[in-house]
Amino acid sequence: MAGARSNLATGARRKFYDAAFAIMGLLATFIGLITLSALIIDLASDGGSRLSWQFVSSFPSRFPQQAGILSAWVGTTLVMLVTALTAVPLGVAAGVYLEEYAPKNWLTALIEINIANLAGVPSIVYGLMALGLFVYQLGLGHSVLTAGLTLALLILPIVIVATRESVRAVPGSMREAAYALGATKWQTVKDHVLPYSTGGILTGVIIALSRAIGETAPLITIGALTFIAFLPDSPVKAEFPFVSFDWLMSPFTVMPIQMFNWVSRPQEEFHLNAAAAGLTLILMTLAMNGLAIYLRYRFRKRIRW
Amino acid sequence: MDLSNYADPATAREKILARIPMRRLREKVIETLLFLSALSSVGITVGIVGILLYESFVFFKQVSLIDFLTDTQWTVLFADPHYGIMPLVTGTVVTSAVALLVALPLGTVIAIYLSEYASTKVREIIKPALEMLSAVPTVVFGYFALLSVTPLLQRFLPNLPGFNMLAAGIVIGIMIIPYVSSLSEDAMKAVPVHIREGSYAMGATRLQTALRVLLPSALSGIASAYVLGFSRAVGETMVVAIAAGQQPNLTLNPMEPAATITAYIVQVSLGDLPHGSVAYQSIFAAGLTLMLMTLVFNIAGYLLRKKFREIY
Repeated sequence: MAGARSNLATGARRKFYDAAFAIMGLLATFIGLITLSALIIDLASDGGSRLSWQFVSSFPSRFPQQAGILSAWVGTTLVMLVTALTAVPLGVAAGVYLEEYAPKNWLTALIEINIANLAGVPSIVYGLMALGLFVYQLGLGHSVLTAGLTLALLILPIVIVATRESVRAVPGSMREAAYALGATKWQTVKDHVLPYSTGGILTGVIIALSRAIGETAPLITIGALTFIAFLPDSPVKAEFPFVSFDWLMSPFTVMPIQMFNWVSRPQEEFHLNAAAAGLTLILMTLAMNGLAIYLRYRFRKRIRW
Repeated sequence: MDLSNYADPATAREKILARIPMRRLREKVIETLLFLSALSSVGITVGIVGILLYESFVFFKQVSLIDFLTDTQWTVLFADPHYGIMPLVTGTVVTSAVALLVALPLGTVIAIYLSEYASTKVREIIKPALEMLSAVPTVVFGYFALLSVTPLLQRFLPNLPGFNMLAAGIVIGIMIIPYVSSLSEDAMKAVPVHIREGSYAMGATRLQTALRVLLPSALSGIASAYVLGFSRAVGETMVVAIAAGQQPNLTLNPMEPAATITAYIVQVSLGDLPHGSVAYQSIFAAGLTLMLMTLVFNIAGYLLRKKFREIY
């Protein structure tokens, strides 16, 4: 009798622990979520009042009230352009090769292990590599081009992994049908596999770019300027040949570096500018992530095998 | 396509056959291009290791390895330079330790909760929301650590200086929660259902099943989550550069300000250092130290995984 009662007692205690843990789990998730909301509310309350057209269309300045993020967002846009144009073709090609072409041998295994390990390399180390290789060995200087290439290498593993996952999701029957009609391997990939995996690849690319937009450390390492009061040469010209690539070699700053510059200053007013820049930055990355989630949802719904 | 060219079967056959060598060539060229793209990822690693080793080699020609490892001061930019990496290493270790003390317990609890307790609906909302944490740019977290978390901590710890490793570490910890929780959850989800059912059939509660059956079974996957979390914490730059101060400081007390390896690299890069000077090379030696630290942990994680891997 006594044994049964103590069994019941431990049973009750076990149930209590079980329920307590459920509450603890919920609390733990809320710590993360509350921090995220506190962060956004904090930025909005500090920087919201500074956000204005004047802020977006002004160069940085010694006077916090007149300072803006014009050179920063233009720099971010140009750097992202180079990053996307480099990382997307390279990453998609690598992903397609590993998923569709690669034989099972030591070289493929090496490439795969290498990609997995690159994900764990600190971003600042990419910056050091770019400083030694792009800036000095190849003589590209502290330019938009160097910055774009650095971030492209940084997000390459993400693009490759996203491509592989969405290519793998295309059923084998699609490929077999194409082969049965006499298509070559490349025709099958180009006309059937890639169109079906576009949604997944696009989602991965947007997430990768949203990560690149917030990267600060590698760009500081390659020598981005923190105070810049001019814009790179315009890529579009009024006269022939209408496009120019001088902007590629231009010095630059980007949004997160501008924010870092402001937050490192002792004056309170600059901190407000930092908050406004941070708010813009966080809205950009959250919007990109939201877009990616939406696209994933859309494409998942549309394709029925 | 103009089909009139193919009207005569004989010429049509010839024309199609004539295209085959071209087609084969094109296939081969494309395959080679794709292969080179895949190989370029190996090129990144070679580039990283090569540059770090090369510049560090030049550095160690001027600074002895023994000074580097035993000197207790890191004053590269001073008139009387000392090149002891230890103050930067302790800064990195302390901030990472604080971060892991926050991230590992919270991340594991969240993983168990999401994998064993939460309904599908709750999980579908909480998971993407948590992952937003890792989407926030780190410089924003730095702002938060310096201007929100430190003032908050100062209410309980009045002697806490404006720059300190504690606030930076806590914020990094929260930042890397999604890395730890989502990989650990995947590992626990991968444990076959019949193992869970066996445990429930013996009368175990969800908590007992999670702690005594799932955690040991998923240990290898959880270990990789922890190792990734550590790599993130050690390599994190902006939060520490903004909130932990930039002065090398040989201490294990998280309440003090101290520079980490990454913060030092940022500090030097912001100045205008001549290419080829010892200070310029010192950031590569610091970077190499950082890489070796993450490498040691990755190898430890690998050995751990190998030892505890469960095969079903």
